[in-house]
Amino acid sequence: MTSPLLDIRGISKSFGAIRASEDVSLTLMRGEIHALIGPNGAGKSTLIKQIAGNLKPDSGSIWFDGRDVTSLDTVARAQAGLGRTFQISSLAMEMSVLQNAVLGALGKRGRVMRFWRDVMRDAALLQVAHAALSEVGLAAAVGTRVADLSHGQRRQLEVAVALTQSPKAFLMDEPMAGLGGEGTARLTPFLDGLRHRAPILLVEHDMDAVFALADRISVLVYGRIIATGKPDAIRQNAEVREAYLGDEALT
Amino acid sequence: MRREPLLNAAVFLGLLAVVLWARATDEPFTITLATRVAILALAGVGLNLALGLGGLVSLGHAVFFGIGGYAMGILASHAQSYSPLIEWPVLIEGTKSMPVIWLVAMAASGLAALGIGALSLRTSGVYFIMITLAFGQMFYYFAISWPAYGGEDGLSIYVRNGFPGLNTLDPIQFFAICYVILGLALWLFSRLSRSAFGLALGAARQNGERVMAVGIAPYRLRLVAFALSGVITGLAGALFADLNRFVSPTMFSWQTSGEIMVFVILGGVARLFGPVVGAAVFILLEHVLGGLSEFWHIYLGAVLLVVVLFARGGIIGLIAGREVRHD
Ligand SMILES: Nc1ncnc2c1ncn2[C@@H]1O[C@H](COP(=O)(O)OP(=O)(O)OP(=O)(O)O)[C@@H](O)[C@H]1O
Ligand SMILES: [Mg+2]
Repeated sequence: MTSPLLDIRGISKSFGAIRASEDVSLTLMRGEIHALIGPNGAGKSTLIKQIAGNLKPDSGSIWFDGRDVTSLDTVARAQAGLGRTFQISSLAMEMSVLQNAVLGALGKRGRVMRFWRDVMRDAALLQVAHAALSEVGLAAAVGTRVADLSHGQRRQLEVAVALTQSPKAFLMDEPMAGLGGEGTARLTPFLDGLRHRAPILLVEHDMDAVFALADRISVLVYGRIIATGKPDAIRQNAEVREAYLGDEALT
Repeated sequence: MRREPLLNAAVFLGLLAVVLWARATDEPFTITLATRVAILALAGVGLNLALGLGGLVSLGHAVFFGIGGYAMGILASHAQSYSPLIEWPVLIEGTKSMPVIWLVAMAASGLAALGIGALSLRTSGVYFIMITLAFGQMFYYFAISWPAYGGEDGLSIYVRNGFPGLNTLDPIQFFAICYVILGLALWLFSRLSRSAFGLALGAARQNGERVMAVGIAPYRLRLVAFALSGVITGLAGALFADLNRFVSPTMFSWQTSGEIMVFVILGGVARLFGPVVGAAVFILLEHVLGGLSEFWHIYLGAVLLVVVLFARGGIIGLIAGREVRHD
């Protein structure tokens, strides 16, 4: 057996009386899409934030690519190869689509302390940025200010910026949210192919997408993982159906 | 959308035209006013780097302006009294050479900005404003209570410092020096804002979380921006002191910080020529309104209020529209 790329070992996190993560253990293997599902407020985003380094777990540890990253900050974890998309789009709103993608490419390349040359004429960065933007279908919108984008386009840009990072693993917090049927139908096959570049820890409410994509599914309820397994096993799991999926999942 | 570069060129050449016209009609006072505009605009360009590009609302930029001024005052006063600054362990003499004074002013204000930035950039928002303000007050009271260099009364320099090959006492030649330096600083600002550093700094201003998520630490960007900003404002301070042949603790006062910020906001935050337009309008208002009423600051306040409320890009934004984006 190969070792997991991302290994979350028994992390817990409370906000006052709310236990957002309770002894959560989870792994992400190379080449897989591991979906994390659960009702609103279950603690999915909180878990993603702890993995990305925005929040410190109260206890437990996070291992990535063979090392303990629990004490690293967001910046260091991004540099280590964790690429992230936010549940609520988090972009440089006053900048163009292309500038946001170039920023991502710049973060990956490093050498930020360059004061003289026009960064928007840097052929290497532009190439990475354009490639990522056309992959998500934003090639026609490169010059648009992010503030003028539609909600769906911002979601696409979130994914494109993560792509410019060529991360070792993706953390995606509801990339389909608000995309609509057509957007989801386009993003699903794209993520399907992406897993071969880097595995994805995918938080998602769209069950069609989840069951179409996931190699494994973990179900989070009130901060606890109540089940982890293959999609079929999860679909049949009585506890999961009661807590989250309901009966329609059977069909 | 290409109106802003034209406007910028018109403003820059307009300042020169005023000076040439003043020379032709023998109005040295107007040349001095234009020189003031150039120097104060330079101070504003410095602040604009921190405030406009970096989003760092510093109410302490008088510190760097003052350090630049005192660098000039201290070096020149030692030179004019033929007493060395330090005799031991190395002999350091004063100087009347502008280039040397500028280098010292830039190094000293840059170091101060690095130190102040390192401490205050750990905070943000209102706390950042208050801390930079507090540093400003610290330097102000220190300057007042430091008798060696004039204390409250300040320091007078009898003869303007020299620049190789120029007669700096000739108003138009001194203007030329300030004008060229302003041009260079604007060039630097424009390159910087389009560089990799500028992109990351601007993104950190708009969304720090995003910048961190792509693996870039905002703190370092902001610290470098703050230090560069201090260097430019410090250079302006040295020139300002040379213009007046006088330095006093007023240069360190919070009113000075406020005025530099007014230039930037009036002209247009983050706009390349914002501080130039802002300083020009400020000096013009001071000159025109100051002649009409003692309470001209009230009118200035009214103008400022209108700009802040109705023209978010300042005067430049009002004329040239939203910022042109390059992509
Ligand atoms: N910073 C915080 N301070 C206090 N409580 C928080 C904080 N962040 C999250 N919570 C709480 O922790 C719980 C988990 O929230 P979280 O956002 O992780 O849920 P989620 O599973 O992502 O939900 P959704 O599906 O709606 O996105 C919720 O009860 C939420 O109110
Ligand atoms: Mg969430």
